[in-house]
Amino acid sequence: MQLAQREQIDKVARLLFRTTGLLVIAILGGIFLMLLWNTVAFFLKVKPMDFITGTQWNPSGSQVSYGILPLLVSTILVTFGAMVIAIPLSLGTAAFLSEYAGKTLKNILKPVIEMLAAIPSVAIGFLGIVVLGPGIAHLTGQSNGLNALNGAILLSVMALPTIITVAEDAINGVPSSYKEASYSVGASKWQTLIKVTIPAAAPGILAAIMLGVGRAIGETMTVLMATGNASAFPKGFFHSVRTITATIAIEMGEVPYQTTHYYALFAIAAVLFLITLAVNLIGEHFVNKYRKYQEA
Amino acid sequence: MSNEPIKLAAQHVDLWFGKKQVLKNINITFPKNIVTALIGPSGCGKSTLLRCFNRMHDLSPDAHIEGKFLLDEQDIYNQKISATEVRRRIGMVFQKANTFPKSIYENINYGLKINDVPKADRPGIVEQALKESYLWDEVKDNLDMPATRLSGGQQQRLCIARTVALRPEVILMDEPCSALDPLSTAKIEELIVELKKDYTILIVTHNMQQAQRIADKTVFMYLGEIIESGNTKSIFTDPQEELTTNYVKGHFG
Amino acid sequence: MSKKLASILEWGTLLISTGTVCFFLVVIMWDIISKGAASLSWDFITALPTDGMTKGGILPAIIGTVLLTLITALVAAPFGISCAIYLNEYASDNWTTRIIRASIRNLAGVPSIIYGLFGLALFVQGLHMGTSLISAGLTLGLLSLPYIIITTEEALRRIPASTREAALAVGATQLESIRDVVLPSAIPGILTGIVLTLSRAAGETAPILFTGVAFYINNPSGYLNQEFMALPYHLYMLSTQHQAIEQVRPLAYGTALVLIIVVFLLNLSAFYIRYKHSKNE
Repeated sequence: MQLAQREQIDKVARLLFRTTGLLVIAILGGIFLMLLWNTVAFFLKVKPMDFITGTQWNPSGSQVSYGILPLLVSTILVTFGAMVIAIPLSLGTAAFLSEYAGKTLKNILKPVIEMLAAIPSVAIGFLGIVVLGPGIAHLTGQSNGLNALNGAILLSVMALPTIITVAEDAINGVPSSYKEASYSVGASKWQTLIKVTIPAAAPGILAAIMLGVGRAIGETMTVLMATGNASAFPKGFFHSVRTITATIAIEMGEVPYQTTHYYALFAIAAVLFLITLAVNLIGEHFVNKYRKYQEA
Repeated sequence: MSNEPIKLAAQHVDLWFGKKQVLKNINITFPKNIVTALIGPSGCGKSTLLRCFNRMHDLSPDAHIEGKFLLDEQDIYNQKISATEVRRRIGMVFQKANTFPKSIYENINYGLKINDVPKADRPGIVEQALKESYLWDEVKDNLDMPATRLSGGQQQRLCIARTVALRPEVILMDEPCSALDPLSTAKIEELIVELKKDYTILIVTHNMQQAQRIADKTVFMYLGEIIESGNTKSIFTDPQEELTTNYVKGHFG
Repeated sequence: MSKKLASILEWGTLLISTGTVCFFLVVIMWDIISKGAASLSWDFITALPTDGMTKGGILPAIIGTVLLTLITALVAAPFGISCAIYLNEYASDNWTTRIIRASIRNLAGVPSIIYGLFGLALFVQGLHMGTSLISAGLTLGLLSLPYIIITTEEALRRIPASTREAALAVGATQLESIRDVVLPSAIPGILTGIVLTLSRAAGETAPILFTGVAFYINNPSGYLNQEFMALPYHLYMLSTQHQAIEQVRPLAYGTALVLIIVVFLLNLSAFYIRYKHSKNE
């Protein structure tokens, strides 16, 4: 092939690669615009204040209302519960992996965590119905155990691998000179871990937690299957709740296109999008902080 | 020796990486069929200057170059000539042998293939190039072996063979022996002296004995500037600048 | 003595955390394998469902998931690799590049149900593809894109600059150096990333809910413009929406086991590629 021709092809290829790069921006922009467009359509029919402060989500009853609060509180409740369980467990595991476990043990535990991460959310939701639900029902004397607690436990299982992996990287990244300094003044391994290593790795650990939170908030199938999906205002961990994601999953399949109800589902999706965006940005902030700190 | 025509030149060259200026007002000419050594302490810009001549900085977006580089009086950064063509005419051998993850034969054949050398001519050229780099006898029975299985010195000679197979006009060498043992180094030095008959060679080296052994001309650089250049013998025995004196006597570097 | 007790307690805390994590996996695997194995048979994976989904096999769901994953790969892999090539080989550090990178990170954090909505609005309605295999495949392709870009870029970054320079120095254009030298060296890493991403996509349910998945279709031929069955959705429906939920529980367990086997097989092949490559180096 002639040189000029080869260079022409080279130029075209460069343009093509660049176009795919720019298309990525277009996809995120497209998602954003889709949510914005439909949310605006929704707000033309329902007052934003009614949406934000409404305590009832009842799109099909005689008294139609589109209050996001019960869904939002459900989402927060389940995520909070998941984090209460997942954070200590993952930090303990991450610390164990990086500070105590030998090479052999690590080679067993790493695949365990990778396998846990690989299990599809629908399979975990299924176990919420057939294993965890009956278990909770047995303990509490309820008819079934499909409630916020069930969802929180399942979500914690799903968030564990993410938090463990990122937190372990953060703990591993603490310079050994820090630990040596601590040992040299007579601190024990545990004291060093609690007082030196974990504080030094804090920004990385916070980033790990934020990733876990983002995962839990956005998760659909497990909460859809395990939390019972009662649309009443959530009363606590032992009651059925219905998250934003579950509401979209249940109602979008049945709603006619371009109705107020249809737009309403995009509006709650927009809220979900903004929350995960904020969580990710906070996580990124900690990641940057951690990097700077490591470079210093 | 000074009667040789000028093959390569740099005129008023400044180069920045981001905000950091790495080359300052470089003016230098390289005569045809001569080995020129670029010497100087680490970070003096000698490798950076060398890489300008086959436009390797095109890949670093933060590099900014001003001034002119001339090959046979043609500006190699001109719109009329492409980086690909420049690189074909000015070959380069790198510090660490960077053979392709392909067979020995393919390592040389690849350049021929993409540069549209007729298929029937390729085996002959590969053999010739391997002979010119004194590698033929060692590999002729194993041309299908992955190049990565060769020793470091053999791999570097394969890189030289790959370069000469394309019959460039100039060969740039960036510390080609720095990762090699003395025996392999001796072989490559012998090869360079041999190649001088057909090519103009620029070699960056840290090794001052090496410069004295193989280079006709020597250029001493310091902090991005050319301090002194001239015949190798006079640079090493009768330097005009104090910095050069200190460097060639091994006071720093 | 009390010091020793304290150290046992401290060590014990970490051990219990780790043990609990392992316990979760053991419970999940044990329950699904022990109860799913009873339903697993040759018929179960090669027969159509019968008797109102209370008997028979799950062949259409297996075929649907395989086809869906293939479409996802065909959409996301070329697009993702191309974008990663741009970022790693061409892009300079400017505003556009930073926006592209930020977009990728954010796309990776967008909840999967929102991809489902986007697929519904863009492919099903906007481009009039209807609820179909192709709409769902494109939606999952978009979901997989950021992960493929990130893993491919990592694989490309591991290829040293000297490899690229070697090709350029013998007169290759940048495209030729990428095609002939960079990509062949990076292919194991790229493949590992793609297969791992696909194993996630194969288990996804939320993005296909409104874009084409169906509980039952008569005609399991897998046409691009038709609705399809998929393993994760089948498991969801069998375990929550079926009239005779207790009766179909063994089928649900069997489906769960098949789904997990599919996902783990994909994971294993990714590890195999990685392992084989690390041995070659």
